[in-house]
Amino acid sequence: MKRIKRRYIALQLECEALPTGHEVTDAIWSAVTKLYGEVGASLSGLTLINFDMEHKEVVIRVSLASLGTVRASLATITNIGSRTSAVHVLAVSGTLKALHATVS
Amino acid sequence: MTRAFADLHLQVSPKSQQATQRLINRATKFGYSVISIPLVSGKLRDELVKLRITCSEAGLDLVSRADFHPRTQNELTHFLRKFRRQFEVICVNCDSKEVARQAAKDRRVDLLSFSSLDYRKRFFDRSEAELASCSLAALEVDVKPLLVLAGPPRVRLLASLRREVAIASEYGVPLVVSSGVAEEHLMRTPRDMASLAFLFGLDQASALDATSTNPLAIVKRNREKLRGHFVAPGISIIKEGETL
Repeated sequence: MKRIKRRYIALQLECEALPTGHEVTDAIWSAVTKLYGEVGASLSGLTLINFDMEHKEVVIRVSLASLGTVRASLATITNIGSRTSAVHVLAVSGTLKALHATVS
Repeated sequence: MTRAFADLHLQVSPKSQQATQRLINRATKFGYSVISIPLVSGKLRDELVKLRITCSEAGLDLVSRADFHPRTQNELTHFLRKFRRQFEVICVNCDSKEVARQAAKDRRVDLLSFSSLDYRKRFFDRSEAELASCSLAALEVDVKPLLVLAGPPRVRLLASLRREVAIASEYGVPLVVSSGVAEEHLMRTPRDMASLAFLFGLDQASALDATSTNPLAIVKRNREKLRGHFVAPGISIIKEGETL
């Protein structure tokens, strides 16, 4: 079986109140599902890796094939947990080590 | 070499200073180097001077831009005659086919913009693209409707945009992706704007060009023309000789 290539995306949340990890995941899933449907979302391989509440930074993992679709969906997020928010991509990398090096 | 990014459509009223300041700061933070805030008429020249100072303090280059909503061809030519030399970028919002065709033909028009809400008022078809490719007009796409719309209106808009982008690339009409936002929370980084262009069929390189190379080329070309030394494309006055 062919190995699935993945990418890690570091995100910066911009919101007044601090959302929970669950709300963040819901917002991302909802954005991907709205744009690409349930089949498209299922192919994205989206997983929450880390949520740094202090710095409002999130790390997610997606499949390389759906990187473009997920990035586009992330840019359309305007609400997290019914509060006005925005999500900005800080960095994209193939390994967590390189991602942390880029972000810091 | 790192890219310089431009957002030629920040829809903020220059009269509300706090909101403008916040958007300018945000644009700097996001890595834009050129921004433009549309001014309706020449009455706002003082505002433009103030904005230029604010932007240069924040390390941004402000481009003067005017948006017109002409109802007829005559109104469009009248506007262009009156304002072309006062603004660095001219955008025409085409609400009728007659105006859209005239704007695409006219070399004084920089950007063609169409209604995002009414897909029947999007007149960017093959004829329009052919006319625009012979002049200097580019197609402007605002990302704001993609963020605020949902459901069928967004589906219709994406379908229209995908068709128009394919036609524009076929005829070599440049594409400019702008934000069109007035609210801070709807502002996106240049690369996020480029990733939104993925939704209507632009590849990564073309999407990045639409947020950097294409708008900057328009600004550079017009600034050259407005300098006063411009005679024709490729010809400019370097030095004036003494009269005999």
